[in-house]
Amino acid sequence: MTPRIFVPGDAAAVAVGADDVATAITSEAARRGVPVQIVRNGSRGVFELETLVEIETTTGRVGYGPIYPDDVGSLMDGGFLLGSAHPKRIGRPESLPFLARQTRLTFARCGLTDPFSLDDYRANGGLTGLEKALRMGPSQIVATIKASGLRGRGGAGFPAGIKWESVRAAANPRKYVVCNADEGDSGTFADRMLLEGDPFLLIEGMIIAGLATGAAEGFIYVRSEYPHAVVAIRKAVDIARASGLLGASAAGGVFPFDIEVRVGAGAYVCGEETALLESLEGKRGQVRAKPPLPAHAGLFGRPTLVNNVLTLAAAPFILAEGADAYASLGFGRSRGTLPVQIAGDVRNGGLFETPFGMTLAELVDDVGGGTLSGRAVRAVQVGGPLGAYFPRALFDTPLDYEAFAAKEGLIGHGGVVVFNDTVDMGQQARFALEFCAVESCGKCTPCRIGSVRGVETLDRILAGDRPEANLAVLNDLCETMALGSLCALGGLTPYPVRSALKHFAEDFGAAPHARADVPQDRSWRQ
Amino acid sequence: MPEGSPNTPWSAARAAEIIAEGRATAGALLPLLHALQDEFGHVPDEAVPLLAAELNLSRAEVHGVLTFYHDFRRTPARGRLVKLCRAEACQARGGRTAEAYLSAALRENAGVTLEAVYCLGLCASGPAALVDGRPVARLQGERLKRLVQDLAS
Repeated sequence: MTPRIFVPGDAAAVAVGADDVATAITSEAARRGVPVQIVRNGSRGVFELETLVEIETTTGRVGYGPIYPDDVGSLMDGGFLLGSAHPKRIGRPESLPFLARQTRLTFARCGLTDPFSLDDYRANGGLTGLEKALRMGPSQIVATIKASGLRGRGGAGFPAGIKWESVRAAANPRKYVVCNADEGDSGTFADRMLLEGDPFLLIEGMIIAGLATGAAEGFIYVRSEYPHAVVAIRKAVDIARASGLLGASAAGGVFPFDIEVRVGAGAYVCGEETALLESLEGKRGQVRAKPPLPAHAGLFGRPTLVNNVLTLAAAPFILAEGADAYASLGFGRSRGTLPVQIAGDVRNGGLFETPFGMTLAELVDDVGGGTLSGRAVRAVQVGGPLGAYFPRALFDTPLDYEAFAAKEGLIGHGGVVVFNDTVDMGQQARFALEFCAVESCGKCTPCRIGSVRGVETLDRILAGDRPEANLAVLNDLCETMALGSLCALGGLTPYPVRSALKHFAEDFGAAPHARADVPQDRSWRQ
Repeated sequence: MPEGSPNTPWSAARAAEIIAEGRATAGALLPLLHALQDEFGHVPDEAVPLLAAELNLSRAEVHGVLTFYHDFRRTPARGRLVKLCRAEACQARGGRTAEAYLSAALRENAGVTLEAVYCLGLCASGPAALVDGRPVARLQGERLKRLVQDLAS
């Protein structure tokens, strides 16, 4: 049998040369007259090892990484087609501590299978959830989601079952399921990995959501910064349609459901659900005032279920294994698993799916292995650009929506960004406001004006200009933004700013860390 | 994304074809702006009245959407396009240094447009960028220098 070689096609692998590695293996094998079959799998999510090349042997898969094109010759010489020794051999990938410690429910197949093979998907447990859902009525599906305790993974943590129930109960012959794949938070990449590494899981989740709510049309809104993911999910939707999984008689002729993939255009605020709906309607991505909730009047005024990729992708497991299997994991009111994304200056960065409850210290020190640079960890930002900066004193906080809220932080979409002791927290606070100014949709005044005034005020503080008076102004601005903004962009930007001020006050003196080498004017992007 | 692929010069007739193909979809304006930019490399002002007429919108509405989104450009990019991530996870891995280095190294290079982007989802392998739509990561030290050399050639 021709040996199968797995070379990830994930953007993070491609970004460090995976395409060239695949080409080198093909040509090196041809030169030696050895037949090989290359599978472009998703990523396992162990990014320090990318490109992680795996070979299928009689005793399981053997990994080698990180592999650069120059390594291919020596791999072939060493007989890696048989899984032989090599300085870069890592053995069974599943035995890596980083992977062995995980509980992968949503990411069970990611990195393992061919993302575009429905046979592979089925053979590895795919479509079982949908088959069970087809034997239930909409109310029973919604009841199962409710009982699982699943909460929205986009950041707000709203109970998914209640959203599903609202859309199911809405009386309208035409409803929509919208998947929010506008994953704009820095430090997050779980949606991207899933779109590229196991796209049929999302499609299955959306069909289940369609069954449950009575929607026949689905949209996936992917950000344009993810060109690989756009290609991958479009390809998977086409395959699903050709096989009869989607289309006029979806799920094998039971009901009509189809999905259209739409691409964003570089606006962070479109990750907010109502701005996303405006954008899907072809308008400026400006936030809508609520009510009405999208569940009652969403896309084109129809009842619409808007869920994050990971929320929809959790549904197949819950339906397949039962609500209890999911709800039995977790911590407090946060049930099930969270695909945590560990990023920044960290030794073992990547995708780490774990039940809620693990502490920040365990994630950063044990799983992450400390910083890659070898310097001390000074701060961790959890939850993207709107998340708080936590000092080591708060590292005992468990991953749980409520526990983070109690410490004036948030989990958001599960991104954990590690900063070493060279970080200038004054500049990080400034960046949070600068980012808000660049990305504000402009609809509400606190966000549009507050962010700009915030940057100006912070600059005065950092320059040592009447720091006390200006700090009072900055605090006022933060309060106005937090209480008066229409959506989370303006409303939560004070989190990184205030946490930096509170926990790292020493960085807000007369510019002790002023860095002349960094361009700081906003005109830079022109 | 065919970003970086050779673009056809502006043609009102070709633009009208593209608009006619896509105008029937619900919420057609964004997909059409993408299609026009994919074809011509930018969305020139001449496209605005065409879109407005076909989609039954005012020119102001089309202009509003065109200028709201960071992706759409109204003039062609200069040569090769580098979108460097400026977001926090890349900052934590030397992104600010990469940013300063690239903007200084490319200042004199008329064949490259350097732009900011906020997160490419390559946060454990940063600093990261899209070069003509192709992702590149671990832009530190030698890899960063090599990128500048590639862009110079």
